[in-house]
Amino acid sequence: MMYSKNVMEHFMKPKNSGTIKNADGVGQAGNIVCGDVMFIFIKVKDDVIMDLKFKALGCVAAIATSSIVTELAKGKTIDQALEMSNQDIVEALGGLPPVKVHCSLLAIDALKEAIYDYLKKQDREIPAELERAHERISKEVQGIEGKFGNFVEKQREFLLDKK
Amino acid sequence: MKVYLDHGATTPVAKQVLDAMTPYFDKKFGNPASLHIWGTEAVDAVEKSRKLIAKRIGAKQNEVVFTSGGTESNNWALKGVAFANQNNGRHIITQKTEHDCVLKASKWLETQGFELSYLGVDNHGLVDPAELEATIREDTILVSIMQGNNEIGTVQPMRELGRICKEHGALFHSDACQSFTKEPLDLNKDKLDLITINAHKIYGPKGVGALVVKNGTKLTPLFHGGQQDPGRSGTINVSGIVGFGKSVEIADNKKNKLMKNLRNYLIDRIMDEVPNSFLNGHPEKRLINNANFSFKGLEGEALVLRLSARGIASSTGSACSSKKLEPSHVLMAIGRPAELAHGSLRLTVGWENKLAEIEYAIDMIKKEAKWLRDIGGCDDV
Ligand code: FES
Repeated sequence: MMYSKNVMEHFMKPKNSGTIKNADGVGQAGNIVCGDVMFIFIKVKDDVIMDLKFKALGCVAAIATSSIVTELAKGKTIDQALEMSNQDIVEALGGLPPVKVHCSLLAIDALKEAIYDYLKKQDREIPAELERAHERISKEVQGIEGKFGNFVEKQREFLLDKK
Repeated sequence: MKVYLDHGATTPVAKQVLDAMTPYFDKKFGNPASLHIWGTEAVDAVEKSRKLIAKRIGAKQNEVVFTSGGTESNNWALKGVAFANQNNGRHIITQKTEHDCVLKASKWLETQGFELSYLGVDNHGLVDPAELEATIREDTILVSIMQGNNEIGTVQPMRELGRICKEHGALFHSDACQSFTKEPLDLNKDKLDLITINAHKIYGPKGVGALVVKNGTKLTPLFHGGQQDPGRSGTINVSGIVGFGKSVEIADNKKNKLMKNLRNYLIDRIMDEVPNSFLNGHPEKRLINNANFSFKGLEGEALVLRLSARGIASSTGSACSSKKLEPSHVLMAIGRPAELAHGSLRLTVGWENKLAEIEYAIDMIKKEAKWLRDIGGCDDV
């Protein structure tokens, strides 16, 4: 498996790893095939994402993409952040091995879920597309719980209690 | 510090092996098939190696046939026996934790009208002789069971399995690539008919191995051609074979002891000092250089690359590290839950490793496992 220099840098020294106390939104995404799980925490002010943190149990690509997604989304408005695609992520990382492209979706999904959570908490309207994404992503997370058992649940409890 | 702990993948070529090989590239470059003195010089060198290898495995000199390595030998054993003996039956038995080349050759044989049975293993990776006894039939022509597993190191009870094969008149093959010179194996005492061995796991060169074939065993050739080595066509890899012979000659109990001590130290400390760690494979019946752990709450590919950045070579059976995104078939066969297969790490020591290297590796594993668990939100899970 050959990773670009940029991927390795983000993997070895990820930006924004951790959790946010009293986050305005928390998103979780997972990959049913390999069982990786990712969380993104966001802090929002005046519709702008001021801060993001992530936790990722997963491969090199999963950690590196989490790092770059949190970097790229920082300072973006909610609408701008929702427009980010995994293509943007792959490009910013200087490419990913083909079998690892799916990992870049994971980080984008976790961010979408965090935004969904934020909008819900604010009692704001959820764009139809985000609603659809939410349904798909939460189904996937449930699938992982089916496969990986209470481990994922424990991880979530642990992380969410901590925040 | 650079620490190579992936000897199960391949070893360096030992200095003595390299020195023995060197003249056979330029000064003694002859083809053993030639009649002149360049040819006979090459024949002598090849036969010397053949003799050494035969002796180590309890075979006659003419029972050792050189090949390009483990994959060729395994493919040849399975397909060659299947096609040469199909009049006696079309049933073949192997088991679930075999190397991919045995499993894939088996799957291919299924498409050719052979019936395959795959024995299961227990939680330690051991085949149950009683299951073999219950599975073997009148029309079973071949049983193929590896001696030492390449991932988790479990060593099978060869003698018992061999006895059952003989009682039922089935040929018995073993892939001994990982165990050759590390575990005792004897063509006759273990009632074997075919054994796969190779050089690059024992400080010899890549691209050379052998299939040991007991005299009288019916075997269809894999390659058709000049029959340069009895039963096997292709120009003989003289320098490689010289290196193979030398690597067997220098493999001794002293080196085995060294590996075992380092490995035991490694297992003891990792199990003690890394929380939520599990040993994969059998606690005692395992290859002397193999350690395989599962760490809960982290992913193996990430661990391998974190360690690689610290100068340490290791490997993993995690799904994320495989092309098909599937966890190791061996870890699945021993019943490891998906979350444990996810965090597996194989470390295979060699006799050139120093205690200080192992200590460094242990420190780094502790550190990196902690780091990954923290970033994954699993340091408490
Ligand atoms: S998330 Fe498993 S391969 Fe990257």
